[in-house]
Formats: sequence, structure tokens, C-alpha cells
Amino acid sequence: PRRAGGRAAALHCPAAGVSQVTVRDALNQALDEELERDERVFLLGEEVAQYDGAYKISRGLWKKYGDKRVIDTPISEMGFTGIAVGAAMAGLRPVCEFMTFNFSMQAIDQVINSAAKTCYMSAGSIAVPIVFRGPNGASAGVAAQHSQCFAAWYGHCPGLKVVSPWSSEDAKGLLKASIRDDNPVVMLENELLYGVPFEMSEQAQSKDFVVPIGKAKIERQGTHVTLVSHSRPVGHCLEAAAILAKEGVECEVINLRTIRPMDIEAVEASVVKTNHLVTVEGGWPQFGVGAEICARIMEGSAFNYLDAPAVRVTGADVPMPYAKILEDNCIPQVKDIIFAVKKTLNI
Amino acid sequence: ASRVMVASRNYADFANEATFEIKKCDLHRLEEGPSTTVVMTREEGLHYYKTMQTIRRMELKADQLYKQKIIRGFCHLYDGQEACCVGLEAAIKPTDHVITAYRAHGFTYARGVPTREILAELTGRKGGCVKGKGGSMHMYTKNFYGGNGIVGAQVPLGAGIALACKYFDKNEVCLTLYGDGAANQGQIFETYNMAALWKLPCVFICENNRYGMGTSVERAAASTDYYKRGDFIPGLRVRTDTAFFCGGMGNTFLFKGPILMELQTYRYHGHSMSDPGISYRTREEIQEVRSKSDPITLLKDRMVNNNLASIEELKEIDVAVRKEIEEAAQFATTDPEPPLEELGNHIYFNEPPFEVRGPNQWIRYKSVC
Repeated sequence: PRRAGGRAAALHCPAAGVSQVTVRDALNQALDEELERDERVFLLGEEVAQYDGAYKISRGLWKKYGDKRVIDTPISEMGFTGIAVGAAMAGLRPVCEFMTFNFSMQAIDQVINSAAKTCYMSAGSIAVPIVFRGPNGASAGVAAQHSQCFAAWYGHCPGLKVVSPWSSEDAKGLLKASIRDDNPVVMLENELLYGVPFEMSEQAQSKDFVVPIGKAKIERQGTHVTLVSHSRPVGHCLEAAAILAKEGVECEVINLRTIRPMDIEAVEASVVKTNHLVTVEGGWPQFGVGAEICARIMEGSAFNYLDAPAVRVTGADVPMPYAKILEDNCIPQVKDIIFAVKKTLNI
Repeated sequence: ASRVMVASRNYADFANEATFEIKKCDLHRLEEGPSTTVVMTREEGLHYYKTMQTIRRMELKADQLYKQKIIRGFCHLYDGQEACCVGLEAAIKPTDHVITAYRAHGFTYARGVPTREILAELTGRKGGCVKGKGGSMHMYTKNFYGGNGIVGAQVPLGAGIALACKYFDKNEVCLTLYGDGAANQGQIFETYNMAALWKLPCVFICENNRYGMGTSVERAAASTDYYKRGDFIPGLRVRTDTAFFCGGMGNTFLFKGPILMELQTYRYHGHSMSDPGISYRTREEIQEVRSKSDPITLLKDRMVNNNLASIEELKEIDVAVRKEIEEAAQFATTDPEPPLEELGNHIYFNEPPFEVRGPNQWIRYKSVC
């Protein structure tokens, strides 16, 4: 698989304290640090303990913290998710791993009706400080039942926070912030990003580094068009931007980092500057993250600054096929982003 | 049950306690059940009587208010089942935990929420125990986690609370209640497995009132021995027309790990206020339970017959309870509705204020807490 962000990162000479850290290691560090910091934090899910994690995110943690803090569950999503939510209601701070978010559908009632809504229904008397995390969206060749993106579904619900990291800094900082947040947070990771190294500054590697939930990051400044994205497609946007720069088109690339609450102000400020908007996501088009961004831009002051309709680049509107040629054409590629930019700029 | 006329007595004439024989529990994977001989003190009996009567009258008042359309939406009443929540509460400590489904008003009261706050929550007023944000199915208080609307979902939650009890090493238990209808939910069996595997201090309690909405137990379950459905989890079945089993309950909590208790009980009302409750069961059946197995009547008879209280004394309690419920209803019907600003509050916990979108982009609420 192509390594989004890897190429750009490798070209830099590392400054003092800067290291190349994979997303996997960044997540592992975050879990390790938060388990150490607060004894109420614990991790549960399938294969998180003795297997070191299905995707090795929790490698070494069971050895270090033991059965009480890192718990292997049976294959019972609805049951163990409910147990995790109940534990959070009673004062613990669970990190509930879904092997992939596709399996969270088994447990979605507990995430929404038990976790998301309880603070509201109880007028603030019961908090649910829980993190649901795991890989989300398309992987490579895992076919329809294992490739769905849940950003839109979870992002729809008040009471939840939903974050979607791209870089290692995002992954570590957002996971730490999510664990420290007193609310249910859904953290949508990406399996293809786990092995990708990113630069991490010394500050980002420190034990108290958190990325605030609800704030987008401008990964690349630009003047001609705003590209808004989350998770792996952010890397594709940066690649597209590098190619377009050679043709004189300067893209501003915004990494949303958080789906809910969405930092629409960052998008608006950018659109006011560039007058053009392209949203990029891996999920399906209908009722998706891009659709929400477009709707909000229309409602706000930035609408008057658009010189062309906003455009969405999304996953194809089909269940994910298996054959490589079909799958490749179901996810937004760099060429699709470039095409959309040129269409919107009318070049 | 026959009534016994006794002459008026002074309080000094009453016995301090009495001993009762109760029906033996059916056992599953248990060598011994709770004792069939129970001692109840006069004080305990009066407390149970008052609590059950309060719940009874509160539920009947809710029925009235619902018919007057002052309570809206769902309203699932507990009258007939009072002995369950009163008996269970007597067996645990305030530091133990309870979670149940939507037929929750009795437990809400037993766990310490005043009747006025329960009724005001039903009528959707700001003086309701959760400020009108929850309604009938979502009432909470310390160590009481509701009130849960999704059938069966509260069971894994309860095991999670039990996990926290074990994690914090505080010797507390969680009573996790569900009905005969919920007993067929898959997530409950997932929970049995994990609770047993991890030895969680979770007491699973099936309140079997014979009907899951309009479906009788015979029509819903291949096995109606709900106390056995936990398979590897020890279980017992108790007849709860009396509150006496609570005396023996203390023993069951000494087990390390989960246990399952089936309580055989009955609800006089239909499933909810929109169900007259007679299309799937006969009026005769309801009447028979009322005349032979009403928990309040049975307790009254036992107390009077065993010289623990007089009829007059219990009547005085009835009068006091009625007065309390009238006042609570008065509060519940006159307290104002929550202010509109409340709409945006409590979405998140411990969060700086933010704006909440209303029905259109120009209507915004501020979430202040």
C-alpha cells in the first residue's frame, strides 16, 4: 500500500528531538502513558492482551500492566461494549477496542443509547468517560463487510465526540485527549496508516502532549483552493497538492482531526481566503462528512466567498468489491482529487 | 387470605419480632438456598409496609395523572411488584448498586428519590429528579443507574458496574434486573458468560411477571425456568408475594461471582398505560392475584396476625402515605416546566460552554453545563 505522508516526511532532516514514529507506536505510547497516569484507565477488547492486539496497537501492555488493566474479551461485542459503558458509569475510564468498526454495529445500541445519551437523560448526573477505538473504513482487499466508514453514522449523534487522526501526532495526541475527556469518544483509526512513520517533535513525544478535540489543523497553506479531509485521505490531499503546485495551483489542506464537534470555522476561514472548496473522505457520499461540510458552508458567511459550488470526493457509492482494480476505483485516489480541484477551478 | 379482626391494642402490647416460614426456593447449581425460616422485626415490617404502600399509591397516582394527560409518552407501572424492589433494597446497602429496565419507579423510590421528584419527572417539570430531561424511563440517583429504555441493554451495563466494584475492591455488588421478556435477549447470555469468566459481583435478577408486554412466558421462552437460564451460573427462584425472602438474601451475596435470582411476581396494570392489559390475560387472573397474593395485603395480614402491628396503626400509615402522594402530585402539577435553555445543557459532561443547533441555523442554544 502507498505510504501517505511517508514520502514528505522522509525528505526532512530531523531537527533535534524529532523522530520518525509510526502511527502504531504513537497509539501504543498513548495507551501506555495513560494507563500509567490514571489507574482507572483500562483497555478491553478482543485479542488486546495476550495477542498484543489484532493490529499490535497494544503490544507489550498486558505484560506491563496485567490482567486487571488489559482484558481479553470473548467475541461478544454487544456484551463487552455494554460492560465497558457500565464500568464507565461507575467511575472507571475504559478504552473499548473494536477489532474494526464494522463489528461495532453489533454493539451500536450500547454506544449510542447507553453511552452517548446518558449524560443528557440524567441531567448531567451520570458521566460516561469511555473511548471506543479501532480501525475504520477501507483497508486492502478485505471486501464489503470489513470496509465501511462510520464517520457519518457516529458523527450524526449528539452526546458523542468523534475523532479521526491522520498522522502519528494526531493519533497520540487525540487518543490521550480522548482518554482524558469525560465523555464518550469514538476514535476512528485507519489500518493502512498503522505502519506509516511520521515525524514527531520532541514536544509531541512528551507524556502530556494532547491534541485538542474539536480543532482542525492546517497541514499545508494555500491560496487557490481548500481541501478538507480526515484520516488517510489527508495524505492523498497532500500528494495532490504537491502535484498541483507544479502547475501553479496552491492548495490549502485542512486535516479535520475531529468529526464531532467539527471545526467548521477553520474551513470557513480557509474558504474566505481561497474561494473554492473540495471535501475528501473515504466514506460513502450520501449523508457523509463532505455533505455536512457543504451544508454548513452554505449556512455561514463563507458561502458568499465561494466562486464555484463546493465539490465532494468520496468513496464510490457501492459496497466495497474485492478485486484490486475494482477496489482501487472505489476509494478516492490522488487523481480523483486533482480532477475535482481542476473542475472546481475550471482549469 | 382471610382477614382477622383484632381488638385495639397499645404499642407496648406488640411483639418486637416474629418468625415466619416461607416457601423453599427452587435451586440451580446450589447446594443450599436461603433459610425457609425468616425473622422480621416490627420495625422492619412497618418500614416495608410503608414503602410498598407509598410505591403503590404513587403508581396509582401516576395512572390518574396519565389519564388526565398530565403525564405523556411511556408510563410503565409497578403496582403488584412492590415486594421485589422493597425486599431487594432491604437486602443491600446504600453503597451497593442497582440497575433496572423501564418499569423503574419503584426502584427509583427505594433507592432514595422522593415521591415528589419522581412524579415531577413524570410530568416533565424542572423539579423532577433529572430536571424533566429523562421522563419515566430515565430516572437516576446515587448508585442507581436507571431506568433504561432498551430491553436487555441494562444487563451488560450492570455487569460493567460490577466490574468496577471488583476493580475498586470495595466489596460492593450490583443488582442487575431484567424481565421475563428481556430474558431472551442475546446480550444477556453474552453477559452471563463474561460475568462468570471474570467472577463479577453481579446479581442477575429476573423479575418474572409472566408477560413480556402481551406475550406470556409460555409463548416467548422455550424454557421458562429463568433461574436456570444462566446455565453455569448458580440460580434460585423465589416467590415474592412477600418481602420476607430478603432476610435470607444476605447468604446469597457471599458467593464469589455472579448469581441469578428469578422473582415470580405480577403486575396489575398492563405493560404500559396504553395497554389495558386484558387482551392477553383474563380479568379473573388479575383479580385472583389481587385477592390471594397482593404483597401489601399479605404483609398486613401477617403483621396483624403475629401481633407486630394493629390494623389502626397500619391505617394511619395509609393516611399518611395518601397525604404524601397528594402533596407530591400537587407539586408535580404546579411546578413549572424546565426553561427552554435547559434544552442545550448536559449534552457533554464537564465541558466549556458551546453552541447547540436548534431546528434551524438561526435558533441556537447555549450549553452551559
